[in-house]
Amino acid sequence: MDPEKRPPPVSRRQFASVAAAAAAGFILTACGPKRLRELSRERLAALLEDLEKDYTKRFGTAVVVADTPPIEGVTFAYALDLSRCIGCRRCVYACVEENNQSRDPEVQWIRVLGMNKEKGIDFSESDPYYQPAEVPEEGHFYVPVACQQCRNAPCTKVCPTGATWTEPDGIVVIDYDWCVGCRYCMAACPYGARHFNWAEPTIPRDHLNTKTHYLGNRPRPKGVVEKCTFCIQRVRAGRYPACVEVCPVGARKFGNLLDPKSEIRYVIENKRVLVLKEELNTMPKFFYFYGT
Amino acid sequence: MSIVSQFPRFVAGSFRLVRRGNAAYWAWLAFLAVLIVSGALAFARQVSEGLVVTAMRDQVSWGFYIGNFTFLVGVAAAAVVLVIPAYIYDWKPIREIVIYGELLAVSAILMCLLFVLVDIGRPDRFWHLIPGLGHLNFPRSILAWDVLVLNIYFAINFVVATHILYRAFNGRHYDTRIVVPLVLLSIPMAVGIHTVTAFLFNGLAARPYWNSSILAPQFLASAFCSGPAILLILFQVLRRFTRFEIQDQAISKIAELMAYALFLNLFLHGAEAFKEYYSDTQHLLYTRYWFSGLGEHRTLVPYAWTAVALNLSAFLLFIIPAGRRHWVTLNLGCLATYAGCYIDKGMGLIIPGLTPDALGEIYEYVPSLTELRVAAGVFAVGFLVFTLMLKVAVPISLGEFQHEPDTGEAH
Repeated sequence: MDPEKRPPPVSRRQFASVAAAAAAGFILTACGPKRLRELSRERLAALLEDLEKDYTKRFGTAVVVADTPPIEGVTFAYALDLSRCIGCRRCVYACVEENNQSRDPEVQWIRVLGMNKEKGIDFSESDPYYQPAEVPEEGHFYVPVACQQCRNAPCTKVCPTGATWTEPDGIVVIDYDWCVGCRYCMAACPYGARHFNWAEPTIPRDHLNTKTHYLGNRPRPKGVVEKCTFCIQRVRAGRYPACVEVCPVGARKFGNLLDPKSEIRYVIENKRVLVLKEELNTMPKFFYFYGT
Repeated sequence: MSIVSQFPRFVAGSFRLVRRGNAAYWAWLAFLAVLIVSGALAFARQVSEGLVVTAMRDQVSWGFYIGNFTFLVGVAAAAVVLVIPAYIYDWKPIREIVIYGELLAVSAILMCLLFVLVDIGRPDRFWHLIPGLGHLNFPRSILAWDVLVLNIYFAINFVVATHILYRAFNGRHYDTRIVVPLVLLSIPMAVGIHTVTAFLFNGLAARPYWNSSILAPQFLASAFCSGPAILLILFQVLRRFTRFEIQDQAISKIAELMAYALFLNLFLHGAEAFKEYYSDTQHLLYTRYWFSGLGEHRTLVPYAWTAVALNLSAFLLFIIPAGRRHWVTLNLGCLATYAGCYIDKGMGLIIPGLTPDALGEIYEYVPSLTELRVAAGVFAVGFLVFTLMLKVAVPISLGEFQHEPDTGEAH
């Protein structure tokens, strides 16, 4: 190392004070509530401000970390029209951009399975890596799979530290600051919806979505699990998830399950609806239907 | 003399004991040290770069580490095979050697905890699992149960082993008021750690290969094979290199218990295989991946059949009384049992459970060099701790290392 570039030596006093501050901080954190879901609004706000500063410095652009709460009387649900989906994967890429998924290594919350019409919905016959010149391919149909936001979620049940839970609006979220990365939830998920940060996630500065939510698309550290949150940062502010907006054929429907006049209720009441792996009793809030 | 003044002497004396040894002893320690350093370096790289340096991916999210963890929980549980006859039936020949079963359990649990630590993505956050300091999702998460029972089992065995040795060091018999209740407690705890670990997998409906109620009994059966297999070899080593006397009767008895356990293990495997193949549902996929491969994906097939062959031959060797009395067949049987159970309970349990993944994709997992090095390091830590504990325990049980009231010196 170039001696001139060497950082100035740390004096004994400096070291002692930093160490004491760290110890005090640790004890304070250890005694108080620790998980984000247990924090008071005030402490959460202070913590999110620190996060904003940290991200802003790291990415060189102003980042907002919102804590928009769930809306009273709203339970979100999703429906996907299998007869319309053409397998273009635009939802996959829109999701990556919107939710700040790592570009290298690649993390994708939506997995589109190419299926053979002769076989029907059969995972063991599906191909997530289909790469024809043009979609849809003759004799094929497509099943995009992301988090099914189960009402009886196996993933939240198994988490040893309670780092993942279902919010009052039905969205299953993860506390990225509390997850220990044991991946038990990934073993428990029947839909392969949970993804692990095997390495430090990388997002190019100019691709960062600066509008984030603390339970959703804020940048994640390595070694923790992440998944689809129905675009919590958008839907709690009254917008559609990014995948719904981008879908070129309108195969994706989203809305409030508790509102009898919502589009999602219309689909469930009037179309041929199914959920994946129904026999596991996970009770997904993500429905598939045949619109035509 | 009070325990306050005597215990440090016991510790100091133990230190002197482990510092003494012949060339073979030091060569063994040096070998373990090399493995530990290599493992530590690999682990340091894994911490700085992330678990990307392993071969695990989203499809196969658990691998070699969790496989070893599962196997070693079984080894730890097997201490009770010795404890049950020793204490309940007061069967003298085994009673003398039960202390080694307990030390093995302590080392095995230590390795288990290390394997979990190296597997998690954020080892810096392990304290999140400590009740009070962090938040343990008890009783909902079976992993939370596992954390509790493993630590309690560790504590029980550690206390019992230390107490017996400390009392022996002072030339006194151990206190039955302490030992007997703890040993009696350790029996359900041993069954408990294994059952809970089985339930860890068993409770996941997403993985049909694990979601079978035969898993917990099968775990116990295989534990009662692999644990004693290690101990039998260890006893012969001790008998050869120290003045320690272990009666042939004791060894033959343990081998006989193993024969029954081997049969039960094979029977339960057979029952599971029958159900899978005869009913021939979509869930057969995972068993097929293990035994015959899926298409060109056949990485695990040789291991599967090796395990079957090893377990079968071990059973045949041990079911014949002459086979477990002759030292060649006895040791061959032990090695076959150990290797068979290691394949079966390690990779053979974890990998087919996750292959194909939940959405049907086949990712063929083969551990990376980093994983092998870290795992070898963890095993070396376990063997090191076990060796050092034996180094103290053997002279104490032989009465060679005892506190002398006058001088306080060990001789």
